[in-house]
Amino acid sequence: MSDLRDLYQQVILDHYRAPRNFGGLKPNSCCAEGYNPLCGDQVKVCVRADGDRIDGIRFDGVGCAISTASASLMTEAVRGLERSEAEALLASFLALMTGDGDNGVPLGKLEVLSGVKDYPVRIKCATLPWHALRAALEGGDTETVTTE
Amino acid sequence: MTARAVAVGNEQRDSAAFEVERLRACFPILERDVHGHRLVYLDNAASAQRPNVVIDAVSDCYRTYYANAHRGVHALSEQSTDAYEAARAKVARFIGAPDSHEVVFTRGTTESLNLVAQSYGRPQLEPGDEVLLTEMEHHSNIVPWQLVCEQTGARVRAAPITDDGELDLDAFAGMLNERTRVVALAHVSNALGTVNDIPAVVELTRARSDAAVVVDGAQAVPHMAVDVAALGCDFYAFSGHKMYGPGGIGVLWGRHELLAAMPPYHGGGAMITRVTFERSGYMAPPQRFEAGTPAIAPAIGLGVAVEFLESTGLDRIERHEQELLSHTMEVLNDLPWVRVPGHASKAGSARAAVVSLVIDGAHPHDVATILDEQGIAIRAGHHCAQPLMDRLGVPATVRASFGLYNTHDEVDSLVSGLHEVRRIFG
Repeated sequence: MSDLRDLYQQVILDHYRAPRNFGGLKPNSCCAEGYNPLCGDQVKVCVRADGDRIDGIRFDGVGCAISTASASLMTEAVRGLERSEAEALLASFLALMTGDGDNGVPLGKLEVLSGVKDYPVRIKCATLPWHALRAALEGGDTETVTTE
Repeated sequence: MTARAVAVGNEQRDSAAFEVERLRACFPILERDVHGHRLVYLDNAASAQRPNVVIDAVSDCYRTYYANAHRGVHALSEQSTDAYEAARAKVARFIGAPDSHEVVFTRGTTESLNLVAQSYGRPQLEPGDEVLLTEMEHHSNIVPWQLVCEQTGARVRAAPITDDGELDLDAFAGMLNERTRVVALAHVSNALGTVNDIPAVVELTRARSDAAVVVDGAQAVPHMAVDVAALGCDFYAFSGHKMYGPGGIGVLWGRHELLAAMPPYHGGGAMITRVTFERSGYMAPPQRFEAGTPAIAPAIGLGVAVEFLESTGLDRIERHEQELLSHTMEVLNDLPWVRVPGHASKAGSARAAVVSLVIDGAHPHDVATILDEQGIAIRAGHHCAQPLMDRLGVPATVRASFGLYNTHDEVDSLVSGLHEVRRIFG
């Protein structure tokens, strides 16, 4: 049996109660929305790029503790990265969630979300903002990505 | 009060209603553990569990006499046909249908409602006509009407509900007019448990329009005695799996004169009289609407579920579930961090034993995960009623829905589970 304390770590609860980089981002280079039709959770991620560097990222939306904390931690981790570094981090995070090994990119503070992989039905909560980030990096603008 | 005293008190409450432990023993799945805890199954509005008699009836059919119905002259086909048609007669009697030919077997409530929308609605809806729903409908009683409105140029309207989660009958009456062709509403709301006053809706509808009244009875049939003749509606839809029967089987009841005038829904075998490449003739109802090989064993299982409900007694089931509901509301009212949106507290409000709640500072999905760890199965989400969630101003709720086998101890387990949520989310 998994322990709820591994899932709901203090860092996660803290980012849920007080999400960082929460709200709209103006000006922005690109925004994308993620939507989980199963539960209705939605998150909008906006990025601002300065050349290849992501110098601004914020998110907005309604979600559970896992998706909100994941989005909040993601914005902290991604801001200031080169686009290619952000893409590598994204791949690394998705690999952590699906248990698909390690691509060598350290996840740092994002490791607190590793408990989610023991709760298969909640993995989509954690990955939703990351799918939105990927769509935003690909220039999706008004596009909505879904977890289904 | 000590835990022991609470348990004894609950035992008395259960036995006063009926022998809940004897009934629980009929449902083998209730014996199992989930995450090291005895299962507390409070997701009955999504799908209920099955008693041994239903499981055995389905198994017995496959083991001893299964064959296609209405097809062969051999012994097995005759026996399967007899059992299938006997199940139809049981269902007809159960819901007070004057004639078992008015009972159409479908895959479930969703298919029943789509059938009405396409076979009753589509041929007669014209641009500017109206289909009147309510704000508390399940998606299965919204989307089929949107589809038929797209096809015909008619439009969907939704009668408002009050903040107490009840249909605003005055506003509903005001929205009826000569263009209203269909009124479609839930008998019992799947998300709120609100019991709509169908006879009143029928009376208002008849006085102001020629509309047919279509009732989604999925959440009513397992919890209260339903008599379609007394309700006065034109169509009544429900599912086997919510009434302790098998999945994949459901019912559409319709007035004979309406069914007889409707074109088929699906084409295929079993629904025709004679087929040529020029044209085909169709059987009378209900066969006209049962194209292809039906879900024979599930239909037979549904007939047994009906007998199970009848022998248990729907009046006793309703009383027991109402006691569980009162107990739940009593305890939740003492928790200031729990809200029950759309639940009237006033006396005389008719509710089935469904409670949709939200906890301050904890999202329903997180609540569901924490409860699941304690073996408690509830539903978190929008309950296929997104327009209702919008109306209540919440993205989702935690829904506990009770069945005949739930106990007062399980209400207490739910509440201690909610305290655990509170402890984690603080």
